Amino acid sequence: MSFWNFWTDPIGISDAWLRGLFAGWGMPEFWVSLLVSLIGIVVLVVFALVLDIMLVWVERKVVARFQGRLGPNRVGPYGLFQPFPDIVKLIIKEDITPAGADKVVFNMAPVISAMSVIILWAIFPLAAKVYGTDLNVGVLYLVAAGAFGTLAVIMAGWSSNNKYALLGAFRSVATMISFEIPLVVALMIPVILTGSMSLKTITEAQVNGPWFILVAPLGFIIFLISAIAELGRSPFDLNEGESEIVSGFHIEYSGMKFGWFYAGELLHTFTVGGLMGILFFGGWSWFGLENWLPWLSSPLMGAIAVLGKAMFGYWVIMWIKYTVPRIRIDHMLALNWKFLTPLAFVLLMMMAVLHSLLKGQDVLIYTGAMLAANFVLGWITLEILRRTARQQRGTVEAPKPVAQH
Amino acid sequence: MQNSWMYIGLFLFIGIVIPVAPLIIAAVIAPKKPNPIKQSTYECGMETVGDSWVQFKAQYYVFALAFLIFDVETVFLFPWALSLNALPFFAVLEGIVFILILLAGLAYLWRKGMLEWV
Repeated sequence: MSFWNFWTDPIGISDAWLRGLFAGWGMPEFWVSLLVSLIGIVVLVVFALVLDIMLVWVERKVVARFQGRLGPNRVGPYGLFQPFPDIVKLIIKEDITPAGADKVVFNMAPVISAMSVIILWAIFPLAAKVYGTDLNVGVLYLVAAGAFGTLAVIMAGWSSNNKYALLGAFRSVATMISFEIPLVVALMIPVILTGSMSLKTITEAQVNGPWFILVAPLGFIIFLISAIAELGRSPFDLNEGESEIVSGFHIEYSGMKFGWFYAGELLHTFTVGGLMGILFFGGWSWFGLENWLPWLSSPLMGAIAVLGKAMFGYWVIMWIKYTVPRIRIDHMLALNWKFLTPLAFVLLMMMAVLHSLLKGQDVLIYTGAMLAANFVLGWITLEILRRTARQQRGTVEAPKPVAQH
Repeated sequence: MQNSWMYIGLFLFIGIVIPVAPLIIAAVIAPKKPNPIKQSTYECGMETVGDSWVQFKAQYYVFALAFLIFDVETVFLFPWALSLNALPFFAVLEGIVFILILLAGLAYLWRKGMLEWV
């Protein structure tokens, strides 16, 4: 029986056991809690990095399938062990620092890039009782951690002493800071709906009520688009556009330093997929099935739900990456400033008014009204876009025939 | 741990230590045979002309300014969004007036042509 008791609250029980153990050795209270937290953090980070290693395989396999190739299939079953030789290769490669590079900043950039992703896992709730810490300003923390990523990119681009890298960094920063505004406003929608910035409370509100994808589908779409832009993945991958600036900000990096940029990008994408699951798809909830099947609400199944939703979000982002071609920088910034930002603010105003008018109502009426309002706003937006596009097409002159016979 | 900011601080520390570890391993076991050609700036097989730290387009600066305005104002919006459940309807409308002023700023930038990438 004690085995099953353990799985109802694995973190709490191991925490209590470790505390008892260290206190039994005669450690002071402060050092006990410090050491226990340290062990927990190392376990969590190592878990995230093992996940990251497997994501390398997923990414390579899926891109291969999208392009009609086989992908890694030699090392281990289905090429599952391919990432391990990859890592060994990255570590034993010669690490080239270009002459004229700013060495301190050059070496710090990949570390900060990886750190900006790893620290997101501090507040990532995997299940009702499995999370690093329940920060009461969780949503703001996500935005702050994202700013570290921007910093890493500009550090890498500036210190490399390379024109391509600098151009990539400029573009990347322009994209990241522009799309941060709709991202923050989209993040504000779950905050409005729950009245809390803690990711755990936001998830609990969805376990007990409707998922926010039903309440704010437009908010989810804005979040998805601006999160892809923040990640710098195609169709917004201007910072590393292979055909124009070769590899952008990390062009001069080799070996494990490049490896950290690559691994950081994959883990960041997966984490953003997970945040989509947590903020809009009910986190550890199993479609409300846990009301009938109580074992589905155990921490293990909760973690499976969160990771599955994260994988789904990751897959959607990959799907977009490998099917949509890169867009031009002026189009991208116009998409943000002339479309996403006004739409996000209008949506925020609408949600705030509707929420404060309807907050005492029945769940069904509340969800239905929110959903209908979202659809109406989406339809109005599409209509405005269609009119604008038609108008712009009208002003463009037909191309003159070049060769005349 | 009781204090979640202590936890975040520890997480930052571990988040720096773990990426640094493989870099140190690589620095120890990877070969080091630098030569001037290998260390020269990568540029499609040509020599780099002039300084690598080129001037940037002024438009980036305009977008950064616009971002700065909006980012500061969204920080002001977070407390409003957080306490929306407790606020009377009039206070919600006040928040909306604030957002409308923000959007007026965006419309001004748009009219002035600051959002064009020329």
